[in-house]
Amino acid sequence: MDEKRPKTKLVPVPSKSIIPERNLGKPPIMEVLRLGIDFGGLTAVDDFNLTLSHTEIAGLIGPNGAGKTTIFNLLTKVYEPTRGTILLHGKDTHGMNTAQVNRAGIARTFQNIRLFSNLSVEDNVKLGLHNQIGYGMFSGIMRLPRYWKEEKHAHEKAMELLSIFDMQDLRGHRAGALPYGAQRRLEIVRALATNPSLLLLDEPAAGMNPSETGELMENIVKIRDVFQISVLLIEHDMKLVMGICEGICVLNFGKIIAKGTPGEVQNDPVVIEAYLGRRGEEDRRAES
Amino acid sequence: MSKTILKSPMRKNISIYALVIIGYIVMQCMIQTGNITSVLHGQLVPICAYIVMAISLNLTVGILGELSLGHAGFMSIGAFSGVVAATSLESIIPFAPLRLAVSMAIAAAFAGAAGFLIGIPVLRLMGDYLAIVTLAFGEIIKHLINCLYIGIDSGGLSFGFLGTASDLNLKDDGAVIVNGPMGIAGINRISNFTAGFILVMVTLFIVLNLINSRAGRAIMALRDNRIAAESVGIPVTKYKLMAFVTSAAIAGSAGALFAMNYSTVVATKFDFGTSILVLVFVVLGGLGNMMGSIIAATVLTILPEMLREIEQYRMLVYAVILILVMIARNNASFMAYLDNLKNRIVNAAKKTRKGGASVG
Ligand SMILES: Nc1ncnc2c1ncn2[C@@H]1O[C@H](COP(=O)(O)OP(=O)(O)O)[C@@H](O)[C@H]1O
Ligand SMILES: [Mg+2]
Repeated sequence: MDEKRPKTKLVPVPSKSIIPERNLGKPPIMEVLRLGIDFGGLTAVDDFNLTLSHTEIAGLIGPNGAGKTTIFNLLTKVYEPTRGTILLHGKDTHGMNTAQVNRAGIARTFQNIRLFSNLSVEDNVKLGLHNQIGYGMFSGIMRLPRYWKEEKHAHEKAMELLSIFDMQDLRGHRAGALPYGAQRRLEIVRALATNPSLLLLDEPAAGMNPSETGELMENIVKIRDVFQISVLLIEHDMKLVMGICEGICVLNFGKIIAKGTPGEVQNDPVVIEAYLGRRGEEDRRAES
Repeated sequence: MSKTILKSPMRKNISIYALVIIGYIVMQCMIQTGNITSVLHGQLVPICAYIVMAISLNLTVGILGELSLGHAGFMSIGAFSGVVAATSLESIIPFAPLRLAVSMAIAAAFAGAAGFLIGIPVLRLMGDYLAIVTLAFGEIIKHLINCLYIGIDSGGLSFGFLGTASDLNLKDDGAVIVNGPMGIAGINRISNFTAGFILVMVTLFIVLNLINSRAGRAIMALRDNRIAAESVGIPVTKYKLMAFVTSAAIAGSAGALFAMNYSTVVATKFDFGTSILVLVFVVLGGLGNMMGSIIAATVLTILPEMLREIEQYRMLVYAVILILVMIARNNASFMAYLDNLKNRIVNAAKKTRKGGASVG
């Protein structure tokens, strides 16, 4: 369906895509133009521009309170933007709500985990599959053949998705009772179940130990390769960010202060001053 | 709720159906052998009606997670529309059980429609606001029905609002069905225990199957985390309305069953007190726990009747028991003790069964 779209070059915007040369043949998954939001008098995000290419893994970094999570909330319409445009597959998401944006292709995880904690692990994943299961309320109550067929299919699909993180054995567990790392992984599985073209991960490695983080890195790349989707992630673990992100966008006080490849960003004096340097000092202090 | 591994819903549901069926059979045996007190016998249909009320309210409060304080309003709509339907259908459907079933379906439709109308604005509200508006709804329904006059004659049904019954201008062969604040008198009492039992089973079938299906999962997802539910593409309003309307419709059929167990019914029977009573069943039985709702509704409907012997202290003892049960249920160590006890009994039962098998 992407082929029908004329391959015109995008109108250049002040801050261009992170890696403009990636997958030029395919139109970008998402273009964000001059996005901004005010909370009362506070401008939390301003003039945020971003283009995400097909199957790109991009990072969004910056100090606490920079507005990273707020950007995820804007992209998924948890907050209504005050300014700006979000184009998803070239289509404006203006007027869509969170559920509609998900059906249009954005899935996400949350910084403070939001699972359906009283439901089983399997049911959490099946809820991700909700819009791919077709039977209605009546078939469900009357237990018509459609119910059995589609529930069986959903079960198989859920198990397949859980196998990404080797979590099939946990299917009967209450999601809220899982260990922290498993809850984060379950959130990713649930998001993937919605069949997105863009996956937003908000601090996926938070609270994980180095070996878990290493595994997560491999899995994010694997997910991208298998599902052919783009990933935009917020993360403070620089090893993860520099290790798998192809493009990085640095945010400070709600504004983009740098964009580029990991190499470019790491050596940018503005970024070192605002974020990386300060983090280095903190790490050193924490170690001593 | 604190359990790590969840029980299979299938086994849980089978034990709920089994409880109801066994209860029905035991009661029938007691009736056949004449071993039932007249007080208990008279309470059988109300118990069924309250069980259905509790299950349906548990769908809104325990499964959807919205506090509703006006559930008796839907029961009221069902009671009045059900009786009017049964009276009008008397000559068309002479077979009483069928007439009762059709009237309950009509009652469910009316209550469901009311649930839909009130649900659209109300479900946009959150938490306490929703509770307050549903409370007001219950009261408004009570007052509206208090002003309602419905009569029937050879020309069909005629309706009046405010005024008196004579404003209906019925023909000579006509009769007043709903008489304003006097409610309905001379009801043909076609409800019975078996009808109540069937309604409980149908209600369980609808609610339990709904919970364990795609729609039910979506409803519980909204309860557990609305933002997460939206983030996986679940339309909030659709599923909130689905749960609320289903709950209202079932309450309507319970109202019809209840009303046709008596010869008269008045709107003030379905007041705030009744809504709270049903809410107590739900809270005591456990949010989302249908088995608990059934047990709580049964015990708490019989209890006040049992306590009639100590007439003066009846409500005092009732209240004290309620408070004690509340405290016990919220006491973690007491609940753990009960769990432990249950496990020991189950294990002992298994052992005896195994022993028996090896002998045989
Ligand atoms: N709903 C809200 N109302 C008011 N201020 C908010 C709201 N959400 C976020 N903010 C503010 O926006 C800023 C950015 O927050 P956030 O996006 O969570 O930062 P982070 O980059 O750490 O994820 C903070 O100053 C925060 O207080
Ligand atoms: Mg954040």
